[in-house]
Amino acid sequence: MPMAASEIERLIRESIPDAEVTIRDLRGDGDHYAARVVSASFAGLPRVRQHQKVYAALGGRMGGELHALQLETAARGEDK
Amino acid sequence: MSDANDRIAELIRSNDIVLFMKGTALFPQCGFSARAISILDHLGAKYETVDVLQDQEVRQGIKAFSDWPTIPQLYVKGEFVGGSDIMMEMFESGELQELVGTTTAG
Repeated sequence: MPMAASEIERLIRESIPDAEVTIRDLRGDGDHYAARVVSASFAGLPRVRQHQKVYAALGGRMGGELHALQLETAARGEDK
Repeated sequence: MSDANDRIAELIRSNDIVLFMKGTALFPQCGFSARAISILDHLGAKYETVDVLQDQEVRQGIKAFSDWPTIPQLYVKGEFVGGSDIMMEMFESGELQELVGTTTAG
């Protein structure tokens, strides 16, 4: 069952309230997305931890209901 | 605790660079795994692969082991590096070359 982009965004914002979320539906099929998530809460965290926070926000959906999500994260205010 | 965890820990301990993936380096069974392999090959890295499709216990176990929901997963010198998105980002920034200790020269 595909997931709507708005639902992905809502789930991420729910657990990372300051997140700027940009989602692209890569194939227009509601099943392959790319997301960029920027949050001040990522500051100082290694990429793995930043991605884990996003996956945690999505609950168990990643890898199941949500088949493919290319993820890019960045800490707001960090020039890197 | 479980047998699968012990096996995963041993694979990570005994290989400097190990990629948990779907399929083999020659025949990846998923686009993300294929991307991970092409990055490692491009770096000229010497790596081991573990085909999770051949082992359901490892396939489920590695997700809990790394606290990471998807395959592929890369470990370098005992440390979890990430999946194919992180590998690509680190490749583009040059960090992955540094980590695996190879150069792309030549």
